[in-house]
Amino acid sequence: MLKIENLSKIYKVGTFGGQELHAVDQISFEVGDRQVVSLIGESGSGKSTIGKMILGLISKSSGSICFNGTETSSLKNGTLKEYYRKVQGVFQDPFSSYNPIFKADRVFKLIREEFFPGMDACAWEEKVDTALKAVGLNPENVLNKFPHQLSGGQLQRLLIARALLLDIQLLVADEVISMLDASTRIDVLNLLADLKARGLSILFITHDLCLGYYISDQSVILYRGHILEKGLTEQIYGDPLHPYTRMLMDSVPRLDRKWETAPVEFQAEKLNHTAGCVYYGRCPLAFDKCREKPVLVEITKEHSVACWKQVEIR
Amino acid sequence: MSLQIERLKVHYQTLRGDVQALDGATFAIKDGEIMGLAGESGCGKTTLGYSLIHLAPPKKFIEGCVMLDDEMLPIWDADKMQAFRFSKVSIIPQYAMSAMNPTRKIGRMTSEVLASRKIRFNDLLPELKRRLDLVKLPQDVLNMYPIELSGGMKQRMVMVLSTLLNPSLLIADEVTSALDVSTQQAVAEMLVEFRDREFVKSMIVITHDISILYQIADSILVMYAGKSAEKASTHTIINSPLHPYTRLLISSLPRVGAKHSTKRLSGIPGNPPLLLDPPAGCRFRDRCPAAFAKCGQEPPFIEVKKGHHVACWQEAGRHA
Repeated sequence: MLKIENLSKIYKVGTFGGQELHAVDQISFEVGDRQVVSLIGESGSGKSTIGKMILGLISKSSGSICFNGTETSSLKNGTLKEYYRKVQGVFQDPFSSYNPIFKADRVFKLIREEFFPGMDACAWEEKVDTALKAVGLNPENVLNKFPHQLSGGQLQRLLIARALLLDIQLLVADEVISMLDASTRIDVLNLLADLKARGLSILFITHDLCLGYYISDQSVILYRGHILEKGLTEQIYGDPLHPYTRMLMDSVPRLDRKWETAPVEFQAEKLNHTAGCVYYGRCPLAFDKCREKPVLVEITKEHSVACWKQVEIR
Repeated sequence: MSLQIERLKVHYQTLRGDVQALDGATFAIKDGEIMGLAGESGCGKTTLGYSLIHLAPPKKFIEGCVMLDDEMLPIWDADKMQAFRFSKVSIIPQYAMSAMNPTRKIGRMTSEVLASRKIRFNDLLPELKRRLDLVKLPQDVLNMYPIELSGGMKQRMVMVLSTLLNPSLLIADEVTSALDVSTQQAVAEMLVEFRDREFVKSMIVITHDISILYQIADSILVMYAGKSAEKASTHTIINSPLHPYTRLLISSLPRVGAKHSTKRLSGIPGNPPLLLDPPAGCRFRDRCPAAFAKCGQEPPFIEVKKGHHVACWQEAGRHA
């Protein structure tokens, strides 16, 4: 459904834009039909940048994003609108996604004006009702209210309902539950799982490994704009191959195990990104070969890793 | 007993009446104990933390008694608290990233903070440098502006600064929430090390992330809608909680190894009550699967086992 190839985003930084920052560097992955793919990474890994490029909120520097065989950057006016009928995003902070001086259901009205101008009021109301019920909200409780009168979980679910009003095929969920409370976040997460059962593909962007495991079929581990490991979720969590993934797995706070390993050192060696593995400066296993850039190699059919050490072992 | 709090009530004054954000918190912390304070947003955990430091309008002190090292903390009087703040009770604020003065170099800012306590910067400089080494910050940071540091470095700098005078009680408000998992672990373990080295006697770690508390805390207090719901050792809270709210909360946390297709977790239906005019009785009653007639009265926060306090009629009846 969604195919991303060699996608890069380069920002100009420095006083006169003299330096380049590779926020996303030559990334390729796919999201299949009815699949949940999670992009997992820490801050600065480029995970949100990828989401924004897919949604067309920022332009890409090179590479391609193909949705059902069409290159998204070639879309203009009418065709772009068709694209947005199929692909929608929900973001981290439900409180700032709304305009506080308008009622929260204005987001529905905007969709109607833009995408369904001919629809009569009755049919529209029914459509809104169905969408709201699909996300587990009672229309009476949420319609005609201001954003401050609703809870974070309700607002977040309203935004998902808004996306459902269009017949979307792909939902880009960028850290949708990190702002929600523990008691409500699992409901939103289950909602996403239900939507998948109804035939939706989801790109789930998160920094939380437990949430990624709970919901996704495929996982992609990102670090400083590079894919270090990708494949089936069970395989990645069951047998993490990249030292970075292992470090993440060890340091994520869990309820069934206490931390055993010593915490990682804070300071990462600064290394020019072109000169080798991005993780070189922090990697405990680094050796000479790592000064060259590792390529993503398939270990099993559904599990690839970008690490020279793994290549050497096999 | 390092800290003892009894029936502490702090309300927020608004035009529509008092919001009862903290309505009778009772607990005690022993010397050397790291107590985690967990709960949903709006349960009063941050209000509790800040009340022990700086209780200013719109916060209003209603009643209660706070004893720190057998001394009464005059938390209702912001001026009298000046003698305790920073030296006896200290805080790492929620947004430590932006807690430092951006227009001052860090060393100068530190010396100004110390001057406000009539302490000469040069007297403490050797100790300050030792602690910077301990948290693996270069000593050069003192000549830098906050903007030159990364988020994790700022967090550690504020930690060093807050604990410089060896306070008896440290309140750490959401210190790890904005950090990456690897930095999160290092900062969390540093808190433990500060306690082990006796820079601080006891600590309240406020967070919504219970899995972090499981790693570092000795005991956990779970709050709900401004009241204490349950307090026990970390192991007990995670593995055999008694209060229905704690049980639901713990069971709703996704763990590595749980997938929606094999084991579907469920949240807690409903919302916390509005604290502007909260219902009488147990505040969890409307969402509680085990609620019965008696829950219309307010449950007492009683010790059902040694070191295990619960505010629930079910348990009160069982252990009466």
